[in-house]
Amino acid sequence: MSTIPGLERPGPVPNDMTRPFWDACNERRLVLQNCTACQRLHYPPAQRCDQCGSADNFQWKEVEGKGHIDVYMVIRDSRIRGFRSAQPINFAVITLDEDPGINFLSNLPGTPPGEVPVGAPVELIFEETSTGQLVHEWQVVT
Amino acid sequence: MVSNTGWMRNQEGLGLWEHRGKVAIVGWGQSHIDRRWDGVSLDRSCGGLTKEACLKAIADAGLSLDDIDGLITSAETRAEQTWAPRPYFDPPYDTEDGLTFTSADWIQRELGMKNVQYRVSDAPYIGPMMGLAAQAVGDGLCETALVWYPMVNLAGRYGHNNPQNNSDEAPGPSAFTLPWGYQSGAMFNNLVIFQQYCKKYGKSHDGLADLCLNLRRNGLMTPWSYYALHEPYQLTREDYLNGRVIEEPLVIYDCDRPVNTCAAFIFTTAERAKDLRQKPAYVLNHAQNGGRGRSTMATLEEHQEAVASLARKMWEGSGLGPDDVDIFNPYDGYLTFTQQFLEGFQWHGVKWGEAHDFYADDIRVEGPHPFLSSGGNNGTGRTRACLFSDSLEQLRGTAGPRQVTTRNDTALAGCNTPDSNGFLMLSKHPD
Ligand SMILES: [Zn+2]
Repeated sequence: MSTIPGLERPGPVPNDMTRPFWDACNERRLVLQNCTACQRLHYPPAQRCDQCGSADNFQWKEVEGKGHIDVYMVIRDSRIRGFRSAQPINFAVITLDEDPGINFLSNLPGTPPGEVPVGAPVELIFEETSTGQLVHEWQVVT
Repeated sequence: MVSNTGWMRNQEGLGLWEHRGKVAIVGWGQSHIDRRWDGVSLDRSCGGLTKEACLKAIADAGLSLDDIDGLITSAETRAEQTWAPRPYFDPPYDTEDGLTFTSADWIQRELGMKNVQYRVSDAPYIGPMMGLAAQAVGDGLCETALVWYPMVNLAGRYGHNNPQNNSDEAPGPSAFTLPWGYQSGAMFNNLVIFQQYCKKYGKSHDGLADLCLNLRRNGLMTPWSYYALHEPYQLTREDYLNGRVIEEPLVIYDCDRPVNTCAAFIFTTAERAKDLRQKPAYVLNHAQNGGRGRSTMATLEEHQEAVASLARKMWEGSGLGPDDVDIFNPYDGYLTFTQQFLEGFQWHGVKWGEAHDFYADDIRVEGPHPFLSSGGNNGTGRTRACLFSDSLEQLRGTAGPRQVTTRNDTALAGCNTPDSNGFLMLSKHPD
């Protein structure tokens, strides 16, 4: 379960392209596709490199779980069942320190809704979803 | 023809549009507008409103049903969310044609048109659809096209009944968004970008209040609008600042009101337009954007580059520049991304980060900067077509109390979001 009271996240369903990503999450590791020709990270997973167009040079690369809070909003009226029982809830965009062009979503477990320190560093954690699949989350470094 | 995108002008470097000034809009019709269909009155159903708009457009142009040889519409009427409960008798029935959309075949049959040779029922939403229509007439696929766009608003809350939003699972691409509460691009990604804008330029949500109030004012000066007909009073600044929060900081007044209505337009050749009833609005170019950002959320910089590219495409194809655009009606539903269009097209010299200051200046229709003279979707209800119909009225000089006092030779209009849209450049003059 999530550490955010009332939150029931839908569980990601892996497919052929994304299974290595989700399997790594279950091992509490964050891996991204890296085009070895361009040295360019891709997230969410893509069929081919958005720079060189090639599908042949992708390798999964574990990244360090460090990022920063870019911006946020607060969900007060969600359409998603598992979120209606947890609102108000933060919805933040996290940039990856290794490549700030890569961004992730986060509900910032541990940070009260609306009290988000924009620009603060965050670190990678993992949370359980409705299906048991783990997902990557971020929490403010204290 | 429509399933491919070969007709689009969605790349830079295409040069002057080959049909520049050779296609014109010569007719417009707007139906009655309601919040929702009552489920009973057939003349207020999607089909009934579509017939009303189409007949008005044909009459406005001074044409007859027999003059129409092209029919173009979109199935994207906002009722395509199949999870919305239907307000009529239970299935099974074989079609919703005429109830939640109106196909070309349906309208041809209902109006008894005999000379139609070109039919498109699956055009995109109205922004790109207007470009498709201009291109079709220019390419000679038809001479005189009837183009209509119904908006259908079924009862019930958007998305709450969507099976995906009530599932324990997040399949496909949603696996990377849904587990964190992400819903729709227009609302969520564009609100993220609005927050990035405020952070970068030191602005805040309050800076949209002047735009919101002026759009409602323009909408109340539009006789057919939802607000003129059903809620004929002005909003106050306090209303806006205390609006019900949807996703903080987005409030209810940033969101255009879904409605039940239809608008129709007549496109024809410049040659045919010469002796028709209305002063033609010549199409100088159409341009489209379609793309997405690099990562989970597109960023402010990516959307700014998208709109800058759209502007370059529009200048290149029309032969005009920022100083040549008199009437400017970009999309405003949600209110949070309109500023990207204003700054990207540099209308009235507005640069990146300056939109809120511009809103706080005089943007009334009688003033020097009559931005969104249509009242937009926030002022008239979510018709999307108001952006184009006001542009036509302003060029014709028939906008009544909304008529601008500035030059009115050209008009630029389009929707929807900065990264996904279609725009049209119109002019009183073909050259
Ligand atoms: Zn590459």
